This record gives sequence, C-alpha cells and structure tokens, in this order.
Amino acid sequence: MKYVLMFCDTPDLYDRVDEETAKKTYEEVFAWFTEHGAAGRIADGGAELQPVTTATTVKSSDGGPVVVDGPFSESKEVVGGFTVVDVPDLDAALAMARTWPPLKHPGVSVEVRPIVEHEM
Amino acid sequence: MSPPSPDADAALGAAIRAEAGTIVASLYRLVGDFDVAEEAVQDAVVEALRTWRARGVPERPGAWLQVAARRNALDRLRRNKRLDAVLERMREDVPPSPEPSDVDDRVPLLFGCCHPALAVEARLALTLRAVVGLTTAQVARAFLVTEPTVAQRIVRAKRKIVSAGIPLTMPAPDERAARLDDVLTVAYLMFNEGFVSTSREQGDDRDLADDALWLAGLLATSLPAEAEAVGLLALLTLQHARQPARFDEHGRLVLLRDQDRGRWDRMAIGSGEALLERAAALRAPGRFQLQAAIAACHASAPTWEATDWLQILVLYDMLLRHDRSPVTRLNRGVALAQVRGAHVALEYVDQLGADLDGYHLFHATRADLLRTLGRSDEAATADRRALELTRNPAEQALLRSRLA
Repeated sequence: MKYVLMFCDTPDLYDRVDEETAKKTYEEVFAWFTEHGAAGRIADGGAELQPVTTATTVKSSDGGPVVVDGPFSESKEVVGGFTVVDVPDLDAALAMARTWPPLKHPGVSVEVRPIVEHEM
Repeated sequence: MSPPSPDADAALGAAIRAEAGTIVASLYRLVGDFDVAEEAVQDAVVEALRTWRARGVPERPGAWLQVAARRNALDRLRRNKRLDAVLERMREDVPPSPEPSDVDDRVPLLFGCCHPALAVEARLALTLRAVVGLTTAQVARAFLVTEPTVAQRIVRAKRKIVSAGIPLTMPAPDERAARLDDVLTVAYLMFNEGFVSTSREQGDDRDLADDALWLAGLLATSLPAEAEAVGLLALLTLQHARQPARFDEHGRLVLLRDQDRGRWDRMAIGSGEALLERAAALRAPGRFQLQAAIAACHASAPTWEATDWLQILVLYDMLLRHDRSPVTRLNRGVALAQVRGAHVALEYVDQLGADLDGYHLFHATRADLLRTLGRSDEAATADRRALELTRNPAEQALLRSRLA
C-alpha cells in the first residue's frame, strides 16, 4: 500500500535548534532516505518545502477564488515536506515514521495517510 | 414459551463467545475482506441468539454459526458483486480448517482490533463484537450509549482498518510489548466497564466482567511467556472473586471496605494467587502484575482495617514507576490515607484536581477523606459532584444514599 508521510513541525523549530544539531539532523534525514530508498520503500521522494512564511493560499469565497497571504490553516504545526512510501501495511509505514530523525526535537510530528488507489 | 432463565442466557452467550472470534478470523482469511467477514458473523450471532433462545443451543454451535456466517458473507459479496474468485473457494463443502500455528487465530485479530491507530472506544466496541461475539445492541447497553453510536464507531473503525491498511496480524517483535499493552488495556477496560452493572435488565445482556475474564484467559493461554498477559488474568481473577459480595440482597453496590468477605470466592482467589506467582516467575514486572499483587493483599486481608496497607502503599509506589496515570495516583491516595492519615492523603489527592475534575471517583474519594476529617459540608459538595458525573445507576444509588 502507498502512504504519504507528511513531516510536520512548528515554524520556529530551527530557531530553537542550534546550527550544529540542525546539520546533524539533516545528515540523519539523508541517511534515512538512503536506507529506505535502498530497501525499495520510497515510491516518490516527495519534496522539502520552503518555510511556511513563503506560503500563499487560494481560497474559495462567494465571489470566486481569492488569493490570501499565509498558510491555509492557523494551526501551530505546519507541513514541512512529504514523501510517498510503498509498504505492505500501516505497521510498516508507522515503523518508518517512527524512525524519522527530526522526531527527537519537540514539536515535530509525522502524519501518515494512505493514498487513494484507483482501480484500473 | 417461557422466557429462558439467566443461566440459559449465560450458556448461550458463552457458546457464541467460544466460536465467534475464530469464525471472524477464518472467514476473513477466506474472503479477504474484514468488513464483510465481521458483518457476516455479526448477523449470524444475531440469528443465533434468536433461534437458540427459542430452540436451545444446537449440538455443534460452532458449525451452526460457521454455516450461517458463510451464507451471510456470500449474500454480502453477491450484493457487492465481488465474488468471482472467492465464490469458488466458498463452494467447498467442508470449511477449511485453520492452518496450524503457534498462536490462537483470535490473537492476531485482537491485535488488529486494538491497534493504536483506532480510538480507544472503537477498540473496545470492535473487540467486543468481532472477537467476543457481542451484538451491537449488547455493546450499546453495556456502555449506556445508543445503538447507532456503537454501530457508527464500529463502521468507522472497520473503514479505517481497511482503508489505512491496519494489519490483522501479530505485531513486529520490537513493537510487541507496547502493542500487547494496548490489547491488555482493552480487556482491562472491558472488565471495569462491565464491573459496575447491577442487574441485567434485558434477558440477553452480557456480563462484561465475565467476557473480559474470558478474554484475559484467552490471551494468557495463547501467550504464556508474556508476564503481563498472565498478570492481567491474575488481576481480573482476583477482582472477580469479590463479585458475590459487591451487591447486597437489595442489589445495592457495596464498597470493598463494607463487603462481607465470607462471600468472596476463595477458589478464585487461590487461582488468582497462583497465576500471579506464575507471572512473577517470568521476571518481567509490569503494571498489571503489580495491580494483581495489590488485589492479592486485599484478598488475603481479614478486614479493611486489618489490611496490610503499608505493603499496598509500597506496591503503589512500584506501580507508579510503570503507570503514572492520575487514576493510579488517586488509588494510591486511598492507601496513603490508611498509612499516614486522611489529612496527608487529601493534600496528595487534591493535586490531581486538574487532571481528574471530570472523574466521579476523584470527587467520591475526596468526599470520603473530607468526611473522615469531619468536614461534612465539603464532603457533601464533593459527593454531589460525583453524582453529577457518573451515569452508572448502581453508583448513583450509592452516592444518593450517602447524601441522604
């Protein structure tokens, strides 16, 4: 089954983490992708997103879509990136998510969502 | 036809319980669709209750349920037009016997139904229906909620199992301990939810405490090397041994301190103690074993006053290393009152207010301590708060009598 792992954090995460720790976490993230990629569990590398301050949202309104500054939701946690994985079941996807290196920092979470698979 | 006796109903429930989970597991293997399998068995259970109450339990209840469940599954698949390959497999006259394996078929099913990706209420409802063989109506009455509420919980849980790919298998070894704790917690909740029922109003109501004990037995038998599984069975066996003394002849709830200890089931206490020893010998202490040890202290005490409260307090301190939940700390407060007095205990219990303000037993415990300290007005206020918060009729009656 395919799942999207959405990597979330609070926008101020990297203000709270010193540069050296951030660099080390980056290396661990790279190793995480290398390891799971080699095992054939990454279906689509996905993307790392620019900070939420760069977000612009197009919203529905009575007068048609309007463009607004900022993210869609007011929530404290924002999506910082995502990847698509292909594994046998939810437990396997959760096992991957659990080893996501930034999880050792407070405020970080990984949302795991199955992808809608259309039958051919 | 005269209405069946409660004993006959209990036998009927036990016959269904013995078979339902196994049939769900094997039917799921056959049709590859958990929702279809579970619904088919649920319908068969409802049919069985009706038919067996009228005509008695058949000679081979398992075969009866199996045939009915398969027929229902076939109907569902036909409606879904998804039978091609499955139909072929189902045409075989003899139901395929489960492949021999180390664990009972129902255990992987349980791990799936108690998956942490599901809400706790959903885990309970689904386990009761899919593994223990309760009907939706029985689950609803046991938890004092409406039938549509339970039905919706179960539908959502099953939808998530299917669409999120929750596996109905044994968890990986590194996840095993945490996941087992989730499963044991469901059985424990089931016991506690069912524990405070007074009389069974509907003829076919199930005794949830009895069902939980059965489930704990299934787990301890299937996973004999898991100390906590054996520990939970010890705990529930010891607590269930007090059941005959928990209600007086008028059906009123009697608290532990006031119970007629001569009515406790000594045989059950003996087997609970033996189970606790077996669990302890596995040298992997945990919260259920420690709670069982506390229950064993109560079981061997001649009276409330002559209870070894110091030992119990020590056990609570050990328990807190495994379980820091506010409810456990509240219970420690009760032991603390016996060892160091109501004043110290009240100070300790009051610290839990932020976490437990919505929990009726927090207020009932405070009321008790306040009464001991002679602060009767405050005690009455706390009892009234407890009364507002509990929906359980037996507990409501007890609190009302304290306020009268």
